[in-house]
Amino acid sequence: MRFPTHVAGLPLRLDREARRLWKDLAMSIAALLCVVIALIPLGSILVEATARGLQAIGPSFFSLDTAFGGIGNAIQGTLILVALSSLISLPVGILTGIYLSEFGKNPLGASIRFFVDVMTQVPSIVVGIFAYSVILELGQAGIVSTRLVFSAISGTLALSVIMIPFVARTAEEAMRLVSTSTREAGLALGIPRYRVILRIVLPSSASALVTGALLGVARVAGETAPLLMTAFGSGFGFSGLDHPVESLPHTIYTFALSPYTAQNQTAWGASLVLVVMMLLISVFSRLLLRSRYRVGGAAP
Amino acid sequence: MTAKVQVQNLSAWYGSKRAIEDISLDVDERAVTAIIGPSGCGKSTLIRCINRLHEVVPKARTAGKVLLDGEDVYTQSAVSVRRRIGMVFQKANPFPTMSVFENVAAGLRLNGVRDPKKLDETVLRSLKQAALWDEVKDALDAPGVSLSGGQQQRLCIARALAVQPEVILMDEPCSALDPIATAKIEDLIFDLKKEYTVAIVTHNMQQAARVADYTAFLYLGKLIEMNRTRDLFERPGQELTEKYITGRFG
Repeated sequence: MRFPTHVAGLPLRLDREARRLWKDLAMSIAALLCVVIALIPLGSILVEATARGLQAIGPSFFSLDTAFGGIGNAIQGTLILVALSSLISLPVGILTGIYLSEFGKNPLGASIRFFVDVMTQVPSIVVGIFAYSVILELGQAGIVSTRLVFSAISGTLALSVIMIPFVARTAEEAMRLVSTSTREAGLALGIPRYRVILRIVLPSSASALVTGALLGVARVAGETAPLLMTAFGSGFGFSGLDHPVESLPHTIYTFALSPYTAQNQTAWGASLVLVVMMLLISVFSRLLLRSRYRVGGAAP
Repeated sequence: MTAKVQVQNLSAWYGSKRAIEDISLDVDERAVTAIIGPSGCGKSTLIRCINRLHEVVPKARTAGKVLLDGEDVYTQSAVSVRRRIGMVFQKANPFPTMSVFENVAAGLRLNGVRDPKKLDETVLRSLKQAALWDEVKDALDAPGVSLSGGQQQRLCIARALAVQPEVILMDEPCSALDPIATAKIEDLIFDLKKEYTVAIVTHNMQQAARVADYTAFLYLGKLIEMNRTRDLFERPGQELTEKYITGRFG
């Protein structure tokens, strides 16, 4: 019997080429292992949230308030908070992004960009305590009602502070993807600069802009820390912008720590709902990126 | 022939770097003027000064005059100057989100023309003038960027023609195209000079010899020589010009 010269298609030798082939195999296996390790937490979150969450979800789960074992008011509150924050943050953030991308090549632009970058790094709990104290100070000074300290309005303020810099930076990046030559083509036609920006650059970056906006929405929809000190939470449905409001992350936070198994289970149900919401937003933004017209100018 | 564009003592800078230095030349009406010279000699900068696109680059500035029909473009609004002086770029750059039709109509639409009949007529006329109509007449709603490279460049020419400029500047319009597409564009340039004043930057001397009535030779930001194309190539007045056109440097 002859001694085998190859194992799994690789030569059993020690020369340079054989060593390279073996190294290649070893590195490929290592890379694959790392991918598996990275996917384990993600996979187990999805599996765990689905398995445990589904147990909680029944016909009344979405209609009842948290005080009665459902999460209806939490979903409602999250939608309200996210909608209000988007209403403020998207225009402000996108306009800031337009400024940074189109007019920001100067010291003022650079310092705004730096400031916005720092803002995106501020821990969200710090934003929470900031929003809390701003409203509290204003309340004590008699400028606003002290009732607003724990309210949908203060929650919106906190989430907007997180969302604006995020949207501003993604909007700037999105518009920078549009090539200089596209802008110059517009200008060379005798189109005024503001119209080149609004009618050519903005549409060309639309899908990336929308993706950035959706990611901003996803970012704040999952925030808990800043809401603890602002929106506060409530066992019941929305009762006005100047009242505390419940949100999904807050439900999860309070119910997961509760001694009651039923509430623990509700927390899992709320987790599943939140994860599915994020997933939908993410999938939706990816679909948008695959639209007919791509960003980034002409094909070569 | 009368001069449509007169460049007078024009210098241009990018930051502290001077790209062109004290250039004076005339671009004749209804003729093709070629600007040749080695890479980096300031050819593109020169024509970008004519439609005031140079100043769009951060920290860029100019000194000197560019007269269009005797009036300095630097004392008029940049937008109105650019409406009279169209431009075609080195790399075809159709608007990425727009269809073939919308690309051609963009110059009118974004300047407030809404009459659909006028837009239809303009798009038809411009595409025919750019010798593209037959190839795209059934695909007017397709994205502009879906056309081939040569078609995209003719689409950009049609887009420039749609606003009925008086002067057309071309910045190496064929440098990314194959010989067949190049020949089409050159035929087109030949037709365009019946109605328009054309200035074309090229690093291809054969192209200058084929299409241009006048040729200017730039070197290191300075105008070395300008003459009727035939005279420049057959009897160059400067040693530098002769060396360049005979391929001894460049």
